[in-house]
Amino acid sequence: MLTRLVQSEGIWLFTRSPAAMLAAVVTIVIVTGALFAPWIAPTDPYDLSSFSLIDGLLPPAWEEGADPRFLLGTDDQGRDLLSSILYGARLSLGIAAVAMAVALVLGVSLGLAAGYLGGRFDAVVMRIADVQLALPAILTALLIDGISRGILPAALHDDLRLAVITLAIALSLWVNFARTARASVFVERNKDYVSAAIMMGQHPVRIMLRHILPNIVGPLLVIATVDLASAILLEATLSFLGVGLPADSPSLGTLIRIGMQYLLSGEWWILWIPTVFLVVLVVAINLLGDFLRDLFNPSLR
Amino acid sequence: MARFILKRLVQSIFVMLAVAFLAFSLFRFVGDPISQMTGVETSVEDQERLREELGLNDPFVVQFIRFTGDILRGDFGYSFRTREPIDEMLLTRLPATLELGTVALMISLVAGIPAGVYTALRPRGIFSQSILIGTLIGVSIPTFVIGILLIFLFGVQLGWLPTYGRGGTVEIGWWRSSFLTVEGWRSLVLPALTLGLFQLTLTMRLVRAQMMEVMRTDHIRFAIARGVPWRSIRYRHALANTMIPVITIIGLQFGGVIAFSIVTESVFQWPGMGLLFLESIRFVDIPVMSVYLVVIAFFFVLINLLVDLLYFAIDPRLRVRESA
Repeated sequence: MLTRLVQSEGIWLFTRSPAAMLAAVVTIVIVTGALFAPWIAPTDPYDLSSFSLIDGLLPPAWEEGADPRFLLGTDDQGRDLLSSILYGARLSLGIAAVAMAVALVLGVSLGLAAGYLGGRFDAVVMRIADVQLALPAILTALLIDGISRGILPAALHDDLRLAVITLAIALSLWVNFARTARASVFVERNKDYVSAAIMMGQHPVRIMLRHILPNIVGPLLVIATVDLASAILLEATLSFLGVGLPADSPSLGTLIRIGMQYLLSGEWWILWIPTVFLVVLVVAINLLGDFLRDLFNPSLR
Repeated sequence: MARFILKRLVQSIFVMLAVAFLAFSLFRFVGDPISQMTGVETSVEDQERLREELGLNDPFVVQFIRFTGDILRGDFGYSFRTREPIDEMLLTRLPATLELGTVALMISLVAGIPAGVYTALRPRGIFSQSILIGTLIGVSIPTFVIGILLIFLFGVQLGWLPTYGRGGTVEIGWWRSSFLTVEGWRSLVLPALTLGLFQLTLTMRLVRAQMMEVMRTDHIRFAIARGVPWRSIRYRHALANTMIPVITIIGLQFGGVIAFSIVTESVFQWPGMGLLFLESIRFVDIPVMSVYLVVIAFFFVLINLLVDLLYFAIDPRLRVRESA
């Protein structure tokens, strides 16, 4: 059913929305660039032998005094900025995608179970969700990061940085998924086909996954898109605050944090190119999210 | 009325107890307090003696009650990092964050409510459309990027405003205020704008949605049918009903302001509670983290309680339902 909807109406609407098409192109270009960074990027920013201090602080290719080898210029170490950005986007997108997927699985299973089982389990899950909804995601993520620093020994914590950040982001985003899943269970549970399935003695898990879940693929897709953008912003913010990824494996947020040191100097590209890149990426994903929301909610059209 | 207030009060107390329990577990079980307080040269016997003296061997419940009692008396213990009493650290930083948050909230409401009403009344106008596109971009730009942009524009390029710290402050008792000097106000502008802009988009979208909803209700349709002038329909009948949820918005936004003040304070080196919390995370200063949690939760609960009471005072329908 979903594929038919997307094939007919979705594609037609898509071709009539220039903003959505532009956003899709931008997203695809950036995601491809990030995914294939090791093959596309001119140099490997993690390989210390691939750059030298002699090339430090060169401006982008269109400025005066540039070196054509470095399209977007270099940082103070002589690292190619384009390569740093591609590798950084790879990390940022990877963390955000995994965090979003974890949040989706966790949120949907809790939401389905809460809606189906009801009673005490439902009450507990929803209370936790309420509290989390009142706490902004950034605060939750910071708290989880802080607690993990306390529990894990320092050396181990550095090794697990990536996992901790991903988990912190996932745990601050699951609520929306859970609430949507739960609400849909309440709508579907009393319909005849669900009663029929129950009477046929099907297992509750099968009913939830086979009968109820397909009804909410649309809204879940919208939330997943919007949450992907939030996850990218969260990771960037954590890294910018210095509690995210360390400077030797920089994500987009870390690059901006490093670039802040050049705010007062003439080397504008070190700060502004990663910043613009991040904002363009998030705007594009949010535009796609808006398009999907309109698509699945015809009353808003 | 009295019953309603009493019920909300009891609920609030339970929430605070739950938060205190969370903070206590954080303090007690995340890392060993003794190994944080002592160095490698402290002998095992001394560590054990300290453990006994501090009551860390007492039953869990006893420790929790003592912890709660200490917090109620305003005794927050000592920071692992600076060895200073935490209550003093908080008192020097609380005014900075509260003043920043208040001004940011004001910006968000004073600009957000009219913008929301306007875009709801003229959804197809060019000006409304550009405001709406602006908010979409505004939501996508992280707070720290807005901060950097403002610093670059007004601090570096134009050189109009300071970009660092609080500038001139005046002490009234223990409260260190920026409100009384020109320099203090100038320092406040950029951080408050940074913090306020994100909230502004939120206010605007909520007011817009609410206003559009109200304009579709029956009593507005009847007013139109009765021939009530448009001006009166929009600004008296519709606006009055739109404004009730705005109080809730203030309550909701408080959380956002507190959370994003962490980011804003970091960008502008604003010496508030957010910066303190960030430092406590970087240095695994567990007591400061848990006290921050309790204090923030307290403000949360207090503001939500006030919002509920205000609701009750403003919306006559609630009072009727309660007495019936």
